[in-house]
Amino acid sequence: MASTIVEKILAAAAGEAAVRPGQIMEAPLDLALANDITAPLAIEEFEKAGFECVFDPAKVVLVPDHFMPNKDVKSAGQAKRIREFARKHAIVNYFEVGRMGIEHALLPELGLVAPGDIVVGADSHTCTYGALAAFSTGVGSTDFAAAMAWGHVWLRVPESIKFVYHGLPGRYVTGKDLILDTIGRIGVDGALYMAMEFTGEAVEAMSMAGRFTMCNMAIEAGGKAGIVGFDQQTRAYLESRPADSRARRRAARVFASDSDAAYARVLEIDAAAVKPTVAKPHLPANTEPAERLAGITIDQVVIGSCTNGRLEDLRQAAEILRGRSVHPGVRAIILPGTQRVCLDAAADGTMQALIEAGCAFSTPTCGPCLGGHMGVLAAGERCVSTTNRNFVGRMGDVTSEVYLASPYVAAASAIAGHIATPEMVGTAGGAAAGKGAAR
Amino acid sequence: MICEGVVHKFGRDVDTDVIIPARYLNTSDPQELASHCMEDIDPEFVRRVRPGDIVVADENFGCGSSREHAPVSIMAAGVSCVVAVSFARIFYRNALNVGLPIVVCRAAAREVQAGDRLRVDIEAGVVENLSQGTRHQAEPFPPFMRELIERGGLLPYVKARLAAEGKA
Repeated sequence: MASTIVEKILAAAAGEAAVRPGQIMEAPLDLALANDITAPLAIEEFEKAGFECVFDPAKVVLVPDHFMPNKDVKSAGQAKRIREFARKHAIVNYFEVGRMGIEHALLPELGLVAPGDIVVGADSHTCTYGALAAFSTGVGSTDFAAAMAWGHVWLRVPESIKFVYHGLPGRYVTGKDLILDTIGRIGVDGALYMAMEFTGEAVEAMSMAGRFTMCNMAIEAGGKAGIVGFDQQTRAYLESRPADSRARRRAARVFASDSDAAYARVLEIDAAAVKPTVAKPHLPANTEPAERLAGITIDQVVIGSCTNGRLEDLRQAAEILRGRSVHPGVRAIILPGTQRVCLDAAADGTMQALIEAGCAFSTPTCGPCLGGHMGVLAAGERCVSTTNRNFVGRMGDVTSEVYLASPYVAAASAIAGHIATPEMVGTAGGAAAGKGAAR
Repeated sequence: MICEGVVHKFGRDVDTDVIIPARYLNTSDPQELASHCMEDIDPEFVRRVRPGDIVVADENFGCGSSREHAPVSIMAAGVSCVVAVSFARIFYRNALNVGLPIVVCRAAAREVQAGDRLRVDIEAGVVENLSQGTRHQAEPFPPFMRELIERGGLLPYVKARLAAEGKA
């Protein structure tokens, strides 16, 4: 029976020959994740229900990253609660400030997720790990509490939408632009309850960083999961993980969609025609090419987050900002995904280029993305951000505005003081300074 | 279970950031969360809402973040149930898990006006608009979800499962 990759992963987990969309099933979990916002509520429910131990201390992951380092007394209390729970239950994968990263940048980097895995996370952007050909989806705190106790999750097998990106994207057009463009086409509930399977020449040629970005934003179209099939890039990424990591030790369970698998919808997109894209306030689907928005002046730029906080993203920003200056009217804040990203950005000169250009270089944190700290917006302020949401009040005051974009567009906008493409601002060494087709 | 109350009407794509802004997520105290419910979409909501009132919305209610604080704040604000054309996936699971009754009913959600009085029979899935004198059938919950609700929610269900398997 023909199946999609998601159906095959779920069938294997359920120990069945095949599963069909709409079917309710149970799957054993390879990983269950929560952060400092969602874990405290889950711990409370877990203890209230009288559970005494977690199903597997090596498969529960706790990453305090949202309001970290502690932004206020209450946040400190929430972090303390998680720390104590992690100690009590000998949670192997608890990550303290100084060693932590933004969860969806950190877990893949450490090799905690392997192809074919079933992962739930009490964070909506858990769908990021689909880039590793795993089934990974966001849940709430009670689901996470149940996952910690039970080691299983109940799921409704989703239908899939297949996105076929033909051709190669142009210069300065990244995975972020493709996913924003796609959400703009289908709307914020265009993939509600469904898996978004990303395929085609543009995705095959895309770096892992770009694939993580695309899968990360599946939830912004209402998707249950995003997924990219396993290939040589996935293999190379996994082989470069730490030697003792799950990704290296676990025999890869590699599945691929059958050519005659059934999809709810197939969308063919000409990737070569996609332009650097911006999602305007107040929905990720409210997209428009960046070049048409040059009249919009800005107060802040944020580059990083779980969506675009990998080394490649910061390098793209540095490619534009190197030898240039952030506009006097703009604050540019860099949110690296992990400590490793910080070290690598320091080693290859990326960090220096960004700091010399006038950017503030933060420690890893979700911080301003959700209006927490480290760059909250005042009334009426506008921000170009490489994060994933631009809802009303998302980054601060209810009258502030967030424009979602790629690191290239964000960096160019930081220089211009208004929304801009790299072409509009050029580079210090001239247009020839960049090399190869970027994505 | 019968819910009856006055309608507070919202549009489509009501996200969890406007239901409970992240700046208040440094606590999980239901009453504190309730005091900021809907603050960024309707600052007067918490002053207007009365126990038993009903939130009605268009498509994709609760989209965005996975924060369970959203259904918790709605419940703690006194809202008895939410009727919508559709719900975002994580919000739907969370509402079931925390015990906030939710009803998918396109006809009722599209027809109601703010201030109408609704009576919702959760088990029967019937939405009556007492102000307009109409009655609509909601989409039924799938059998598995009904079982979860009958067992008192996900955690009691898991507890019973583990006990049956001799693990708890």
